[in-house]
Amino acid sequence: MSENSEKFLNKTDVIVVGGGPAGISCAVTIARAGKKVVLIERGKFCGSKNVFGGAIYAEPVREIFPNFETNAPLERKNTEHRYAILGEEDATTVSYRNNDSNPVSYSVIRAKFDRWMADEAKKEGVIIVTETVVRELILEKERVIGVRTELENYYSDIVVLADGVNSLLAKQAGVRGEIDPHDVAVSVKEVLKLDNAKINERFNIGDKDGCIYEIFGGPMLNMLGLGFIYTNQNSISIGLGITMNELIKHKLRPYALLDKLKEHPAIAPLIKDAELTEYSAHLIPEGGYKKIPTLYASGVMVCGDAAMLVNNLHWEGTNLAMISGKLAGETAVIAVNKNDFSAKTLSKYQQSLEKSFVMKDMKTYKDLMGTMAMKNEQFLGYYPKKINSFFKMFTAVNCIPKRTMFRGFIKSVFKERGIFGLFSDGLSILKLLWSILR
Amino acid sequence: MKNENCMIEAKLYTVKYDADTVSHLVPDEESCKKCISKACQTVCPANVYEWNDTENRLIVNFENCLECGACKIACEKHTLGWQYPKGTKGVTFKQG
Repeated sequence: MSENSEKFLNKTDVIVVGGGPAGISCAVTIARAGKKVVLIERGKFCGSKNVFGGAIYAEPVREIFPNFETNAPLERKNTEHRYAILGEEDATTVSYRNNDSNPVSYSVIRAKFDRWMADEAKKEGVIIVTETVVRELILEKERVIGVRTELENYYSDIVVLADGVNSLLAKQAGVRGEIDPHDVAVSVKEVLKLDNAKINERFNIGDKDGCIYEIFGGPMLNMLGLGFIYTNQNSISIGLGITMNELIKHKLRPYALLDKLKEHPAIAPLIKDAELTEYSAHLIPEGGYKKIPTLYASGVMVCGDAAMLVNNLHWEGTNLAMISGKLAGETAVIAVNKNDFSAKTLSKYQQSLEKSFVMKDMKTYKDLMGTMAMKNEQFLGYYPKKINSFFKMFTAVNCIPKRTMFRGFIKSVFKERGIFGLFSDGLSILKLLWSILR
Repeated sequence: MKNENCMIEAKLYTVKYDADTVSHLVPDEESCKKCISKACQTVCPANVYEWNDTENRLIVNFENCLECGACKIACEKHTLGWQYPKGTKGVTFKQG
């Protein structure tokens, strides 16, 4: 077939690369507007290459699939959030429970949930092509006009890149450069099989209720890294993400840290005798607002992880992916209707993203990762340990007068951090708070 | 090192793969010889990379790759040839 007749035959309005939350949300938005859209996924099915911690957020998912709660494969509705600050051997945990029947999030198994979303999108007219890797973008006069896969070329008026954190295509499109080891976390996770009844008992939750752990410190003390636990119906997802440059600097293997976390006295009883059913790994964009690339160019838009849209503090990623996908889809529909695929028209996507909570939240935390990276030994090492030693002191019953113990504790903080150190830490916190709240 | 290999092998045993016959990861041999940090070895969650002292080259167990991309970013001189495996190949997560 000549390239020209191929251009005619294999052409749709939009090509979406990547069958994750961003890509599926984008494609279904376009199909609902009656436009022809093909979604290309490299895995055996949508979800088969996708990894995350464990929870999807109800409201953003409802924006795309209003009735998902009645028929999507959900594990548990999360009713409890626990924030665990681990010392070397001890732990301080804050937990918040809310049995609201309208939960904020559900734990899901991505291989099931993404596949379900893709099936729904297919019912609404999205053409889904699996087991196909897009190798490069086809450009004509600096405009993206299609994609080259291993087998054939696909053509379209717009290509949406939802191909994940590694997006080689965004790089080819010239909107993104190489990722720096400071701006990405390596995350490893294990799914551990455990009886439903045991999960309920160990996490003190009801049959359909879920518990989320956000874990600071422990094996990640002094480093920019966080651990997590999610409860599924009959399994527990446990993992951690740690900034890549920390691994390189300390010559640490990510899975060795996870094994240490699993052995921590505050964590080990939760997963005792649970059997490993699957190990997985993934990268998490950590650069925040300052590392978000340009999100559009002539004939192309970027969304989800490929656009580095992750809010690390609040563990949000799939929601930002879905909303960015939806907004890119809406812009694509406008462009198709106008028959104008210029960068100027597609810049509407960036504008609508900036008006939405997605960019506003990214902007709110623009200084967070920088402050944490600069002060990690204090904020992710010294203070978490000190919080635990405070409670050790406070819960101690011995023959030392309380006032002596309190004074001793305060003295130790001044001695260990010094006046200048405390002032500098306080200033960093104030500056960070100011950057968040102003 | 031995111990670490044991640890990771048990984990990787739970992962479903459909390995290709050719590697999708292609290091630049000359560049690897000069590389001091060998950061790819440290960051890889699947122990894909092993340095062989006698052969003075990097061994790539690409069939264990979880396709995360960490090695590509960690590679100091950006000389690692990295692409996704063919559409029918590589890892399939059943849970994810």
